[in-house]
Amino acid sequence: MVNKTKLSGAEIFFECLRRENVEIIFGYPGGATLKIYEQLHDVNFLKHILARHEQGATHMAEGYAKATGKVGVVLVTSGPGATNTVTGIADAYMDSVPIVVFTGQVPTSLIGNDAFQEADIIGITRPITKHSFLVRDLAELPATIRKAFFIAFTGRPGPVVVDLPKDIIGSSCEFDYPEEINIRGYKPTYDGHKNQIKKAAKKISEAEKPLLYVGGGVIMANASNELTSLARDNNLPVAMTLQGLGAFPGTDKLSLGMLGMHGTYWANQAVNNCDVLVSLGARFDDRVTGKVATFARGAYKIHVDIDPTAIDKNVLVDLPIVGDVKQVITELTAEIPAQSQIDNWWKQIENWQQECPLHYETEDGQLRTQYVLERISDRTRGNAVIVTDVGQHQMWTAQYYKFTQPRTLLTSGGLGTMGFSVPAAIGAAFGVQDKPIISISGDGGFQMNMQELITAVANKLPIKFIIINNSFLGMVRQWQELFHAGKYSFTDLSQSNPDFVKLGEALGLPSFSTDRIDKVDTILEKAFAIQDKPVLIEFKVVKEEMVFPMVPSGGSISDIMVKRLNPKRVV
Amino acid sequence: MKHTISLLVENTFGAFDRVATMFSAKGFNLHSISIGETEIRDISRMTIVTSGDDQIIDQVVKQLNRLVDTIKVVDLTEHEKTERELALIAVNYQKGSLEELKNINDIFRGSVVDINNKSITLEITGPPAKINAAVNVLMPYGIKEMARSGTVAMKRGEQVKQLKKDLDPSNL
Repeated sequence: MVNKTKLSGAEIFFECLRRENVEIIFGYPGGATLKIYEQLHDVNFLKHILARHEQGATHMAEGYAKATGKVGVVLVTSGPGATNTVTGIADAYMDSVPIVVFTGQVPTSLIGNDAFQEADIIGITRPITKHSFLVRDLAELPATIRKAFFIAFTGRPGPVVVDLPKDIIGSSCEFDYPEEINIRGYKPTYDGHKNQIKKAAKKISEAEKPLLYVGGGVIMANASNELTSLARDNNLPVAMTLQGLGAFPGTDKLSLGMLGMHGTYWANQAVNNCDVLVSLGARFDDRVTGKVATFARGAYKIHVDIDPTAIDKNVLVDLPIVGDVKQVITELTAEIPAQSQIDNWWKQIENWQQECPLHYETEDGQLRTQYVLERISDRTRGNAVIVTDVGQHQMWTAQYYKFTQPRTLLTSGGLGTMGFSVPAAIGAAFGVQDKPIISISGDGGFQMNMQELITAVANKLPIKFIIINNSFLGMVRQWQELFHAGKYSFTDLSQSNPDFVKLGEALGLPSFSTDRIDKVDTILEKAFAIQDKPVLIEFKVVKEEMVFPMVPSGGSISDIMVKRLNPKRVV
Repeated sequence: MKHTISLLVENTFGAFDRVATMFSAKGFNLHSISIGETEIRDISRMTIVTSGDDQIIDQVVKQLNRLVDTIKVVDLTEHEKTERELALIAVNYQKGSLEELKNINDIFRGSVVDINNKSITLEITGPPAKINAAVNVLMPYGIKEMARSGTVAMKRGEQVKQLKKDLDPSNL
């Protein structure tokens, strides 16, 4: 036994982070974490980014994790510091993002006493975390941190909260780092069942109308290359979920784009007419399926997922394969003998593509979001990280931006968190230096976390913050028009929106604005030329534009709406 | 249909709460839940009675398995098992009815654990159906108060060997 010197809780904390190869943490100091921040002052191996709000810090960690595939780390204080992370944690839980959130806590002697800045963050976050720990003995801290990172990163990734009472961090003990950890209740299944894979391969090869339905799991598992081989070797059409965009090149002729509520007409037709549906790392979300009873009715359904609970949760499948989607796709590709002739299927898909292509009004000379996105797509050619907010602009991004690489679309899917884009783009900018980072928000969502522009300026991050300003909470307005008697209840922001250019300039961002089609390229040119600081670009677009196609919530493909005939009638 | 599910969980802070929270978060039925120590210090056994169609029960079992603190989940419904519940039932009596209540208690092989000048408290143990039967018979006399433990259950047969097998790292 080597003699061990005693280390303080804060020293142990950072030594553990060093061993987890943590390069960056997003945080905000406070009373309960003062000891940790005192130690942080002398720590050199990692960067600490000071957010302006703990929700921002949490979305930054998500953006970093999604863009890099590494674990995002958050450090906040107790009480309000901890509760401010809740939305980010819930977002990470819904979209399976690996983050570890360290929260300060009041001293153990005061827990439960309604102490100053006390909140039961473990209780509050229990249904929205993959797991959580309250550290009650400093000797447990190293094993706890190892477990936290292991659980967050492996299997189906997700957020883990580690609650650190002030007195525990203030104490000291010998540092005993566990070389191995064994969590007997947590053993993710990586190897897919061999016979099931064989069966799936046979089904796919015999299919006359096969379809790959690809979700974010493929990107998380770094399985894009394997997926691309599977699709190209067998001439298989690929429909992607919002989180799956980028898993397969959107420019490839085999790509059908996105499926679901605002997916392409042909992707939705294909999923409803296919005879073998192969779900890869997707979870049959209600925004994809619409009415469950009619979703892919008649198709033989194969579901590959690392999370057993995803299987048969929303849609009963014929052939489940629990395992790592990368391994399973590799084995599947090797097992498929020769794809049967599916030219007729492709002809049918092409007919659907011609029948109802993506379309928007271009004749009236007014600026539309779709055009802006096409220009950005043309300029970047997929070689950028696009970080959207939530709403109409998000769906148009999914439709009109051609994603060609994994981890180039960061977006809040499951939780649909407005205010995600600005901080998540900042997190991504710390992880990705070889691609431009483009944040796209609506005027509503932008105002939910715009304080983080200060963080971007402070760190001289060359992010392009784009505001698509239609002076409305556009997606809610769309639903109000379609389903709520056209009553635009509290969605019109035209009288209350700030002057975004002045706002940006006040915070130190070169800021641009236009409502003219012919200025879009020049402004993008100017903005992209600025490499040493963030910029803000406001595009003032048509106010009452609709996102089409649209399958209404809980509807079937037969309910799909493709255009507005007049303001109150849609077919 | 009712299902009895037995689980081994880590005897740690919050393990019970995680299970209970999962049931409420997912909207699953929870008829009874009981937890107690096992012969292994850091492991507790929970017995849960839930209900739902096959798809729901499948999800219940998977969601329980997904919890990090859960070591082993078995749906005992289709297995040979021993199920027991304990009930303490305080019943009002008058002069003439005390003998009858003592007879009922004997029939259910219960024991009298308390008596005062107005009520008698019976302790009855057995499968939940037996407790229900006792409650039905006692109801007309006027049940003053009742406490039921919820079901505890175990697979019949080689329990000790089974638990050891369950905890063998190669099976986890």
